[in-house]
Amino acid sequence: MFKIVRYSFQDLLRSRWSYVYFAFYLLLGFVMLFLNHDLAKGVITLMNVIIILVPLIATIFGVMYYYSSREFTALLLAQPIRRSRIFLGQYLGVAGSLSLSLVLGLGLPFVLYGLFRSPAIWDFVLLLVTGVFLNLIFTALAFLVALSNDNRIKGFGYAVLLWLFLAVVYDGIFLLSLILFEEYPLDSFALGATLLNPIDLSRTLILLKLDISALLGYTGAVFKAFFGTSLGMLVSLGVLGLWTAAPVAALVRKARHKDF
Amino acid sequence: MIEITNLHKRFGKNTVLSGVNLSLQEPGIHAVLGPNGSGKTTLIKSILGMVCPDQGSISIGGQPTGGQWLYRKDLGYLPQIAEFPGNLKVGELFRMIEDLRQQPAAPEPLVERFGLQPFLNKKLSTLSGGTRQKVNLVLTFMFEPPVYILDEPTTGLDPGALIALKELIRTRVGSGALFLITTHIMPLVEEMAQSVIYLLEGKVYFEGSLKTLYTLTGKTHVEPAIAAIAARHHV
Ligand SMILES: Nc1ncnc2c1ncn2[C@@H]1O[C@H](COP(=O)(O)OP(=O)(O)O)[C@@H](O)[C@H]1O
Ligand SMILES: [Mg+2]
Repeated sequence: MFKIVRYSFQDLLRSRWSYVYFAFYLLLGFVMLFLNHDLAKGVITLMNVIIILVPLIATIFGVMYYYSSREFTALLLAQPIRRSRIFLGQYLGVAGSLSLSLVLGLGLPFVLYGLFRSPAIWDFVLLLVTGVFLNLIFTALAFLVALSNDNRIKGFGYAVLLWLFLAVVYDGIFLLSLILFEEYPLDSFALGATLLNPIDLSRTLILLKLDISALLGYTGAVFKAFFGTSLGMLVSLGVLGLWTAAPVAALVRKARHKDF
Repeated sequence: MIEITNLHKRFGKNTVLSGVNLSLQEPGIHAVLGPNGSGKTTLIKSILGMVCPDQGSISIGGQPTGGQWLYRKDLGYLPQIAEFPGNLKVGELFRMIEDLRQQPAAPEPLVERFGLQPFLNKKLSTLSGGTRQKVNLVLTFMFEPPVYILDEPTTGLDPGALIALKELIRTRVGSGALFLITTHIMPLVEEMAQSVIYLLEGKVYFEGSLKTLYTLTGKTHVEPAIAAIAARHHV
């Protein structure tokens, strides 16, 4: 399988898009630091950008890669290689290269700015870990959607809709239901709603670490009250792990029964 | 070598294979004939495990292939449509597949035979159809598996390449290989095939040697013979 990861990765290194994303994150890091003049504040602003943009980029890149590597897939399917390895390998190649762009692109400006001497270093590390999780999750979702749709326009559309739902619509529905059911006890509902959306979960995780109650919001406060800070962080990391494993498992299952 | 029992496959409402039974034991060339859309490629892809049959079983060398993958070491597959990652170079593609298969490969004599040397450093996306087919052939024949499955191998080949291909097949048959070939080129079948399989609407209408085909139908060429078989079943 690692050979396939390597070939996918090499393939991506030749693609201009990997460099575009790297440059984008690099620019983002410098701009954030330039605007905030402060590592800790930079981390907060960056969080808000990352939890929306990383999923979008992973979604688009994942779908694009899947459709553009169909020939490679067809070639591999006729070789003595397990099907699950073919798809897992390509998935890890894409998610890995995206994560590398993210970690290097954002890491570089922050390191240059004196990250290693700053108390914000662990906040920043957690931000990157969360970003990597979001990459893994949304690349897997993108692959899953693409694998289920041979028509690439449809696949692209559904994947972006999924992102839109989780990044934007979900919160809207959630807020609306909070207002509509004001008089009911909603704590467990809020808890569930956060756990069921990897983007909300990431936001809560980072805010718990930063320990800024004012930004936590209603769901974050409930989360903190229920689990406490350290358990809360462990739980959210664990659930992000589940969020990664579930679409990857679905991907392998789907790939096993598909005709090519 | 290849044993297929009661194979069924549907794509949505479209029934493509309905109860195919085949038993290919002898080394040599087994030609699968049938009009476009009769299910030849689907049958081949089922053997390779690229298409998952709804029903039935396939075994190669006595081992069932369902859900397995290692048996593909013993298969050389030439797809009907050559699909390559466009941004790889021809030479890189050969090395990549050799590396992935983990089997010794000898592409050089084939590259020479098909005149591909000038293209080794060219990107695959820039090649013409015929050249792609030659690359496809090198990819298949650079290993020496006991079983070859070729889906319309002559598509786009110039006469020189066609002669090279025929020689190549003869040599491998000589060393005991089994070929399953789909083609529409009847002279090729008459010249080389040891047995003929006639597939129509997902069923095998004839399976046997050329001689049997001729005596059964009273014809002396493949084309009218299979036409006679088709007509017999459609009255
Ligand atoms: N992946 C697929 N999805 C849906 N239909 C398919 C697929 N592959 C083949 N078919 C259909 O199966 C039928 C048989 O195709 P094929 O096996 O390629 O025939 P042949 O190779 O004999 O020309 C055709 O009608 C084709 O449209
Ligand atoms: Mg075909």
